[in-house]
Amino acid sequence: MKLITHNMLTSKCLKGVTTGYPLSIKATNVKVTEVDFNPEFITRIIPKLDWDVLWSAADSIGHSEGLPKTVEPKFEDDEEFLKKAHRVLLEIEVEEGHLTCPESGRQFPISKGIPNMLLTEAEVQ
Amino acid sequence: MWRRYLMWFAHEHVDFRHAEMQSILTLFNIPIKFVEKPCVLKPYWIVELPSEEIVKKIASRSVLIKNCIELWGRAKTESQLHENLRSALKNDTGEWIMQKSCNADASDRHICPSTLIQACCSADKSFKVEVETFCKHFSMQEKIAKIESFSYLPLEGAVKLKNPDVTLAYLEFYGVDPNNVPEKPYDLFFGKWVADGQRDLIQVHSLKKRQFIGNTSMDAQLSIIMANQAQVKAGDMVLDPFVGSGSLLVAAAHFGAYVLGSDIDFMMLHARTRPTRVGQKVRNKDESIRANMRQYGTESRYVDVVVSDFSLPTWHERLMLDAIITDPPYGVREPTEKIGIERENYTLSEEHLVNHIPSKVEYGLSHIYRDLLNFAAKHLVLGRRLVCWYPLVREEYREDQLPWHPCLKLVANSEQVLSKLTSRRLLTYEKIHDEVPDVPIDHNGGVHNFREKYFCMGEQTRRERKEKRAEEMATNAANRALTVNIT
Repeated sequence: MKLITHNMLTSKCLKGVTTGYPLSIKATNVKVTEVDFNPEFITRIIPKLDWDVLWSAADSIGHSEGLPKTVEPKFEDDEEFLKKAHRVLLEIEVEEGHLTCPESGRQFPISKGIPNMLLTEAEVQ
Repeated sequence: MWRRYLMWFAHEHVDFRHAEMQSILTLFNIPIKFVEKPCVLKPYWIVELPSEEIVKKIASRSVLIKNCIELWGRAKTESQLHENLRSALKNDTGEWIMQKSCNADASDRHICPSTLIQACCSADKSFKVEVETFCKHFSMQEKIAKIESFSYLPLEGAVKLKNPDVTLAYLEFYGVDPNNVPEKPYDLFFGKWVADGQRDLIQVHSLKKRQFIGNTSMDAQLSIIMANQAQVKAGDMVLDPFVGSGSLLVAAAHFGAYVLGSDIDFMMLHARTRPTRVGQKVRNKDESIRANMRQYGTESRYVDVVVSDFSLPTWHERLMLDAIITDPPYGVREPTEKIGIERENYTLSEEHLVNHIPSKVEYGLSHIYRDLLNFAAKHLVLGRRLVCWYPLVREEYREDQLPWHPCLKLVANSEQVLSKLTSRRLLTYEKIHDEVPDVPIDHNGGVHNFREKYFCMGEQTRRERKEKRAEEMATNAANRALTVNIT
């Protein structure tokens, strides 16, 4: 699971959970792979993100170093910044671990990089 | 400069031709003029387009186009074609001359400006001529004779069969009925080849050579058509909420989109279902949606896949998608399911929680499409598209009974026939409003019970076949008895 995905994921599927966001990450295996840098895509995606959530998520898995806490107004011209954003958004992946719902504490496992957001039949009744 | 072009299409998925072209034209905002009204019985369009660059742009996307040719001459008979081309050499007006003719079809007498031909004639331009005959086969010798008939063209360059500077194309059209091929062609064309469509991509993305496939993987050609229908372009964010083995994402990523998928099937996303290929005993280690992207060089645009139940909300409203392309399960080859249980007050004990596989209940097609359209209305960027398949019983099809949402406008609807009785339609919706009311399930629900009808009809035809065979056998036996008696 990449952090760009984490930025969009919720546990709203749970009964009684209203926002279910952000999910906290507990990672036992984090992988870094090289991904082609596409500044246009990163520029386009940044305004759609919750940057605070991204920063905290990166921090919780030990990859916040050098990552600015806020997005500057003219961020699109700052290639250094775009590269850092690119790295946390697309290159860092949680391979194994779990996500935790902020409201109910329900855990969702991540295995082989794929989060499992399925509930049990008991939870959907 | 506007020029006249012949767009030659593959003669398959004819019902998708207009939709695919229209999507590509609006995607690039290309104006087009039709010289002749397109007809489904002809695998070609004769159009005018603003520039060669634009023709190449169209060809770079379309999987249904075979090739695009700058038209120099077109006629209904061979002699007329040569006459037109000869006249064209003397046409110094710089424009097409449309001669009036007593003939009903005046396009027979259009003379192209000589500048088009002259541009390819100089001695430093090597050339070759390709002959294409639609619906009739000719030997190489016959084709060479056809090429020789153009010897009056003042081509001064050398003939070069590999990578020439100019490729000229001569096409003869013998209709689309292989059982009824005429002596002479109905239509003849001559011109300069400009670009090929994306037919080669069908082989490159072929499921036969793909690392990871499932039982219902979409074939390469239809996946590419879907990506075109969705107007996927570089840097887009695309989601398939019923991703399966990810074949639709392969096509989307090919056109530069960042792709995201979700599916309820944990085993599928982890590539642990039974192998699909004949003779394969176990899934290979490196089978996954991601591995497919790697195979085609688009891994950099693979975002993630998530195991989730589409009937429940998973995504933050912040997720804005440039396209949603999907092939939901129809309940025939893949089950229509969501997590649930029929029993009341079901509880799960702590010890069973680990590795528990939840039970599933029916997730009716009408519910799936209601949820899908609601989801699209919420998560699509305004003006962008949802492209999805919709299965139906052919004789019951009525356009006003297709899934519907006030924020989404149906912009294309093409049919792929699956059997005598059933088909599926590729529906393309464009988001036209941002105010999203949740649409309740429509009470036509029963109409959409595809699975039940599919099997019920199968049952009927099977019974009919059996009865027919029994009848035949009875008459045969009676006849035999009769002959035996006579002898």
